[in-house]
Amino acid sequence: MRADLALIYRWIAPNAHVLDLGCGDGTLLAALARDKQVTGYGLEIDPAGIASCLRRGVSVLEQNLDDGLGNFDDDACDLVIMTQALQALRRPDTMLDEMLRVAPECIIAFPNFAYWKHRLHLSLRGRMPVSRSLPHAWYDTPNIHLSTFKDFAALCRQKGVTIVDEAVGSANHEGHWSSRHWPNLFGETAIFRVRRGS
Amino acid sequence: MSASFPSDSVGLVTPQTATFESPLALACGKTLERFELVFETYGTLNAERSNAVLICHALSGHHHAAGYHDAEDRKPGWWDAYIGPGKAIDTDRFFVVSLNNLGGCHGSTGPASVNPATGQQWGPTFPVMTVADWVHSQARLADRLGIDRFAAVVGGSLGGMQAMQWSMAYPERVANVATIAATPRLSAQNIAFNEVARQAIRSDPDFFDGWYAEREAIPKLGLKLARMIGHITYLSEHSMGSRFGRDLRSDQLNFGYDVEFQVESYLRHQGDTFSTRFDANTYLLMTKALDYFDPAGEHGGDLAAALSPVACPYLVISFTTDWRFAPARSRELVTALLRAGKRVSYINVDSPHGHDAFLLPNAQYEAVFSSFMQRIDDDLKRGESNNGGNH
Repeated sequence: MRADLALIYRWIAPNAHVLDLGCGDGTLLAALARDKQVTGYGLEIDPAGIASCLRRGVSVLEQNLDDGLGNFDDDACDLVIMTQALQALRRPDTMLDEMLRVAPECIIAFPNFAYWKHRLHLSLRGRMPVSRSLPHAWYDTPNIHLSTFKDFAALCRQKGVTIVDEAVGSANHEGHWSSRHWPNLFGETAIFRVRRGS
Repeated sequence: MSASFPSDSVGLVTPQTATFESPLALACGKTLERFELVFETYGTLNAERSNAVLICHALSGHHHAAGYHDAEDRKPGWWDAYIGPGKAIDTDRFFVVSLNNLGGCHGSTGPASVNPATGQQWGPTFPVMTVADWVHSQARLADRLGIDRFAAVVGGSLGGMQAMQWSMAYPERVANVATIAATPRLSAQNIAFNEVARQAIRSDPDFFDGWYAEREAIPKLGLKLARMIGHITYLSEHSMGSRFGRDLRSDQLNFGYDVEFQVESYLRHQGDTFSTRFDANTYLLMTKALDYFDPAGEHGGDLAAALSPVACPYLVISFTTDWRFAPARSRELVTALLRAGKRVSYINVDSPHGHDAFLLPNAQYEAVFSSFMQRIDDDLKRGESNNGGNH
């Protein structure tokens, strides 16, 4: 399992009812259903991902996240998960509102643009960073709203959203997750667990 | 002769008839004292009797869903693209049951059958059937075949409505449902098209208020028009355009009313063929069953409430260019299932072929449908190994 998914897997309580936005091939939901009796739905737009979810017995809906979550009632779930999709949304801020309407808690993972390699790339070469976590060129990238670990924390403060947990790690698979030492500089992937404002 | 069939075909199949002597109470208040259902099966029922898949047919469909009746047949059954060895509904894994619904004109009891009360053909007096009536009759067939619970009930269009009805009427008897290019109820526009089709039939001078058989007449003109109207709604503007465009049959305009455009020729041909093989009273009855289906209507318009008995996962498939039962209709069903807290998966398959796409080969559709069916097979195998106590 991808390192960010492995961390999220540990954070999720047994028997939770979850919504996974951009669930890919359904790896996380299938593991959660098998080991923790977690129920819920994945949203995905890639047909190959949808087929893979169905094969694993994961309930999956073809739904573009930019169209919102209008088909889910308030508090429909315990938890909404979104990994590697925030930066590709038209309005990440309104999506955060939507996620916290549908569930009291959500977990969001995204590439940290302030990662030192990205900073170095931009400052030394003067070109948009291309890296393991941001593999696209500026002209064809789906990542239209890049942000940093600090940016997201600021958005949460501004919206009165409570940050329960935060962690950063490398984008490859040997995850060492920490938020103690200069997360905004050394974290390649950022993960936040947030709740509705207290 | 079987060597002449494709290797992924179920090959030669023979329809069977089941006769039911105990009365079936119908939604209209009438009762069928006895009835017959014609059906076909493909594949083998396993020892646990757990691998049966029920196929529900659409408006003009019937029991012959896959394979060939005769070595000389040019065309296989209507859903042969998705039923057979190694296909989405894999007959090496599943035991497939496909029947002709009551009121049909392909062998099951219908308007052309004899009414035992009068000794005459039912004709227009055959009771108007509902989707719920059909599902009750299908449950009788399942009893007869020793099937307590279907591994899946699957249907496209009107067939999808029957699959929905199964999950509401017999939740304990269906392990999975797939509704394809279906809708939880017809729109006013859908009903309007059906009404034009019915008027075309009923105003045919050869219809004789439904007693055309007695007069040895066939309301061919009405059936032809009904089919032409229906057929337009089965195709997309794009598929008609790419197939016919504004092509002419000859190279010049004739300034008359004979067939000039290729699309006119095609529609007339479709209508003519249909008018010789389909029964007018059956067509009227099938369109009524479509119009009446509205599970939400019985729950104050609340579809989620209607779906509350559902106990199995749903797969809902729509097609991007289907305007008869548009993707939005499938999404209504999906949203209601979500609201009711049910397991549901949904995909809107990219296809240029309109409503007809549910019958046609399509890699994306096939991949999704196959994955769903393979998971059902996985579940069955897991169940078997658990029952065997080996693991």
